[in-house]
Amino acid sequence: MLLVKNLHASVNGKEILHGIDLHVRAGEVHAIMGPNGSGKSTLAQVLAGREGYQVTQGSVTYLDHDLLAMPPEARAREGVFLAFQYPVEIPGVSIALFLKTSLNAIRRERGLPEVDAMDFLGLVRERMKRLGMDEAFLTRAVNQGFSGGEKKRNEVLQLAVLEPLLAILDETDSGLDIDALKTVADGVNAMRGPERAIVVVTHYQRLLDYIVPDYVHVLSQGRIVKSGGPELARELELHGYGWVEAKNGARQVA
Amino acid sequence: MNVMEITHSDELERVPTGLAGHDVPWVIRARQQAFARFSAQGFPTRRDEEWKYTDVSVLTRRASLAPDDIPPDPSSEAALHAWSLAQEGTHLMVFVNGHFSEELSAMGELPEGVHLGSLAQRLEDGDELLRPYFEGEEHTVFGALNNAFATDGAVISLPPNTVVDGPIYLLFIASGHGVAIYPRNIVLAGAGARATIIEHYMGTLDSHNFTDAVTELNLGAAADIRHYKLLQEGPAAVHIAGIHADQQADSRFASHSYALGGHLGRNDITSRLLGPHCHCTMNGLYLLDDKQHMDHHTRIDHLAPDGTSREAYRGILDGASSGVFNGKVIVHPGAVRTDADQSNHNLLLSRQAEVDTKPQLEIFADDVKCTHGATVGQLDDDALFYLCSRGIDANLAKSMLMYGFANDIIEKIENPTLRNRIEGLVLDRLPQGENLSL
Ligand SMILES: Nc1ncnc2c1ncn2[C@@H]1O[C@H](COP(=O)(O)OP(=O)(O)OP(=O)(O)O)[C@@H](O)[C@H]1O
Ligand SMILES: [Mg+2]
Repeated sequence: MLLVKNLHASVNGKEILHGIDLHVRAGEVHAIMGPNGSGKSTLAQVLAGREGYQVTQGSVTYLDHDLLAMPPEARAREGVFLAFQYPVEIPGVSIALFLKTSLNAIRRERGLPEVDAMDFLGLVRERMKRLGMDEAFLTRAVNQGFSGGEKKRNEVLQLAVLEPLLAILDETDSGLDIDALKTVADGVNAMRGPERAIVVVTHYQRLLDYIVPDYVHVLSQGRIVKSGGPELARELELHGYGWVEAKNGARQVA
Repeated sequence: MNVMEITHSDELERVPTGLAGHDVPWVIRARQQAFARFSAQGFPTRRDEEWKYTDVSVLTRRASLAPDDIPPDPSSEAALHAWSLAQEGTHLMVFVNGHFSEELSAMGELPEGVHLGSLAQRLEDGDELLRPYFEGEEHTVFGALNNAFATDGAVISLPPNTVVDGPIYLLFIASGHGVAIYPRNIVLAGAGARATIIEHYMGTLDSHNFTDAVTELNLGAAADIRHYKLLQEGPAAVHIAGIHADQQADSRFASHSYALGGHLGRNDITSRLLGPHCHCTMNGLYLLDDKQHMDHHTRIDHLAPDGTSREAYRGILDGASSGVFNGKVIVHPGAVRTDADQSNHNLLLSRQAEVDTKPQLEIFADDVKCTHGATVGQLDDDALFYLCSRGIDANLAKSMLMYGFANDIIEKIENPTLRNRIEGLVLDRLPQGENLSL
């Protein structure tokens, strides 16, 4: 579904990703871990099409498309979704209007009829209930005055309503209390399926206890320095990133 | 004020002829004296502090300033517009090129004692009630010109404690070529009276009209008047207006100004809080494009203790448009415990667009709480990307951010039907705006 090859990306002339290779197949869940500043969000943003990042080398193929050639809205309509590490406030625009506009933009692309206000409200209420969100959020301006945890939950609500094929969750667990973490993880797990791939960026093993990944990758200084199964996350929890970085450094020297 | 050459002095002679009240001596005299005041000052120039950013020299090139004294044919086009903002229970008065059209109007049933009628008729009758309005000193030189040429408008008088439920909707349609239009409205709200008044100015695509409108409102003790001004003049129109309120103790006055169309526009909106415990709201939104120019000059005079005022203006400017916001809040000696807040925020969508914003706070009393702020910014790239990353195309995402920005003002409209209608008018102005309703 997603094939990233030797991806180099820079911001303001400073290279941040130094050759990323990643292959995600439909039905899989991948976890990306790594120290602060290692480039996890940069990778996620480049995949979603954020302007300002220059891809200097490499390619990204998504469902036979050259992903990097597509504007962000086209990527979203083809099924790419990024849950932001720092969700953005949209003053004056209600969640209801925002979500309905997004959903219809995506449905139009898929050749589906647009949903009307009634059907939309039915759908979104059901998803909110599943995520333990108060309906009152529907009329609130997107992310404005939301607590950290509420912002993250709102990202997962969008995921649940828009039903993408490739979901990238950038630290969706950070800022959530223990109960919220479980509800959100349940929401994400409910979306697992043979046609959908999920990439979770996280610092914590705890999320991966709920959303058990098929693969775990460690990103360090703009490179994937180690990949493995779910057990890799537990080893990291025990030994810290220093352990992989040291081993990797040794291998490079050798 | 700098005197600009007056090329219209010969019109002094013909001021009264054909205009309402031409048989009434005090009306004739009042009009002549007002015209003399106008002639003595002339149109303001940009050397005038209050007109620094608004150039009205185009008016000196007009062939005539005199109004069209032929009552209009109720055209089908005008009729088409007539109900654009009307809702159930609306009391509608339609004016075409400044003249009341009974055929197009539907005043409906009003509570007992409420008077809603044509100003021209009152002038014809020589109604003494109007005399102080025509004989006094005007707020601006355009007020003097309006006194000289006022054609028609609404006189609204509300006896104490009457409540008019449906909005009083005054629709002014400009449909001729190059006509000068002088609407004049007078609102007398008795103690405890309540009403919503909408002044809506619409123009056709090609009407090069000049409108000089004045509305005066007198609010008795504890009266509650909500005033909406909607400007949707045609793209070649010049529109200058004054809205002036006087508030007695405990009264509430709200002014909402929406500038959505016209070539050159200027609103002078003022309120004097004369008695204690008054509240004044002034909200405004201007959406400008191409070479449009819109100037709002507002002034709130706190003259008595314990007054509150809330003012919020926002503008979105595209193309080579220009906007002006000048908001004065003056807390006079004795107006202790005044609580005033004022803001003006602007969104510039193009490099050519510009805005001059000047919030002015002058405080001469103790123990007051006053805040103000102004910003000029661009669309937020992070917000645009966030919307696009959800499948919304870039143009619609921009419109959505503009809508969100404007919504801060729109959501202050209390009447839900009116709020929806005005929201609809704003959405009509945004690219793909039709995709932005729930
Ligand atoms: N616009 C920018 N200008 C300059 N440097 C940037 C910019 N964006 C990112 N960086 C830098 O790129 C590096 C990678 O940042 P990124 O946000 O991808 O890290 P991360 O792995 O997501 O970290 P965290 O775990 O803290 O979220 C950091 O050193 C960061 O400062
Ligand atoms: Mg990050």
